[in-house]
Amino acid sequence: MSLTIKIEFGGGLELLFSNQKSHKIEVPSKIPARERSESERAVDLQYLIFWLRDNLLKERVELFIENGTVRPGILVLVNDTDWELEGEGEYQLKDGDEIVFISTLHGG
Amino acid sequence: MLSLDDYQRYGRQLILDRFGLPGQLKLQTASVVVVGAGGLGCPAIQYLAAAGIGRIGVIDHDVVELSNLQRQVLHTADRIGTPKAVSAAKAVEVINPRVRVDAIVEPLEPRNALALLEPYDIILDCTDNAPTRYLISDTAVSLNKPLVSGAAQKFDGQLCVYNLGPDGPCYRCLFPRPPAPEVSGSCEEVGVLGVVTGIIGNLQALETIKILTGLHDGKPTLLIFSALSSPQFRNIKLRSRRATCPACGNEGEKIGSISELDYVAFCGGQRPDWVSKGMEMGTPGGRIHAQDLDESLKSETRVRIIDVRPPVEFGICHLPNSINVPLAELVADPAKVTRDEPPEETATYVVCRLGNDSQLAVDVLRNAGMAGIVKDLVGGLRAWAKDVDRDFPVY
Ligand SMILES: [Zn+2]
Repeated sequence: MSLTIKIEFGGGLELLFSNQKSHKIEVPSKIPARERSESERAVDLQYLIFWLRDNLLKERVELFIENGTVRPGILVLVNDTDWELEGEGEYQLKDGDEIVFISTLHGG
Repeated sequence: MLSLDDYQRYGRQLILDRFGLPGQLKLQTASVVVVGAGGLGCPAIQYLAAAGIGRIGVIDHDVVELSNLQRQVLHTADRIGTPKAVSAAKAVEVINPRVRVDAIVEPLEPRNALALLEPYDIILDCTDNAPTRYLISDTAVSLNKPLVSGAAQKFDGQLCVYNLGPDGPCYRCLFPRPPAPEVSGSCEEVGVLGVVTGIIGNLQALETIKILTGLHDGKPTLLIFSALSSPQFRNIKLRSRRATCPACGNEGEKIGSISELDYVAFCGGQRPDWVSKGMEMGTPGGRIHAQDLDESLKSETRVRIIDVRPPVEFGICHLPNSINVPLAELVADPAKVTRDEPPEETATYVVCRLGNDSQLAVDVLRNAGMAGIVKDLVGGLRAWAKDVDRDFPVY
């Protein structure tokens, strides 16, 4: 079982991802248990961030991830809502979700 | 009270339901301050003035340049060299002489920000750099005024109203740290389509008018515009004020402090001056001046010129017989250049726009084992245009 997720990068972040703004990806719907004590769990945003690092990021990991989450200053949006309103990294992904990573623009 | 001819002037908006005479009177008694009279500020000022805002402060210390006119629509060719704030005031005078404009030809800095922004009801951030954006946001928080913030780059724009109402987040709530300089850049470095700054600047004027007339719903949203995406507009529902925000958080819960903050250092230090950096000589004999390159092209038979600019810039103008190998490609695969073993005694000259990327390219080629004469053009093609070929385009 896998989920199809639409990923968008904006505000210059796309430069870290082959200079491509839109991506469509497939992730497993469950994260396999790593230890006996752990049970299989539904895939969440936290998992997605590392999945992107391992599968889509082309350069400069430190500009995307810091201290186990996205670098401060990157806004994460779940279906056009600030991820802070959706449980941040614990948000459980659903098939067809659209996740946007955006950095603030400065030009004027 | 409106004067008699103002009923005519503003008639089209006076008859709007929920706007009416009360809306017009609110605009007439309102004051707004626009920081930056550039690509965003010009259209914002233009529509605010036309709509009949009573008083508009314009803060900008730059002067009008030819390269501004593609998007900074209040400025004109005959006002090149005039301070932008003064030029914008002149434009407003022509559009709507009843609007009072304060042209403030000063940079906004920590020492003057509170005093300069205090007299106005709403602040518009139409600036082009990170340190000023944080300074304006922090000042808006201390003054408890709404901040209508716009930004544009390439084909993209962003619009957000910060610090609106009791729960509206500030810029720092959303972006506690500036993005890495590697992923951001100025309009000069990365370019911007004039219409894109126009769209965002117009939206800033719109949100300002909505707030002043009570038509804004008060919900914090971020609007993202992307000219080449579908859909072009995206409205993002945002979090409320962050209790721990160092600027707008609750007393006792704030994490970190912004008093005595060095905004420039916070945003990664002074932006490099690429023009002067491109002129630095570096190691003796490693670079060539434009006149010497000209001599060499005339006298030596075995010369090749590698132009490391992006293909789109190579397409604007290039030296005759130069080969385009963009820097990114050269870095990824230096063999692109080194593998065509040139005949003995061929000199290789690397050129770019300002003379910065070409230095990196020479390092790459040398590290890849390229021998013989490998030099790059001091000051780039801009120096070539200035010192050798006056007819060579400068962009
Ligand atoms: Zn805040």
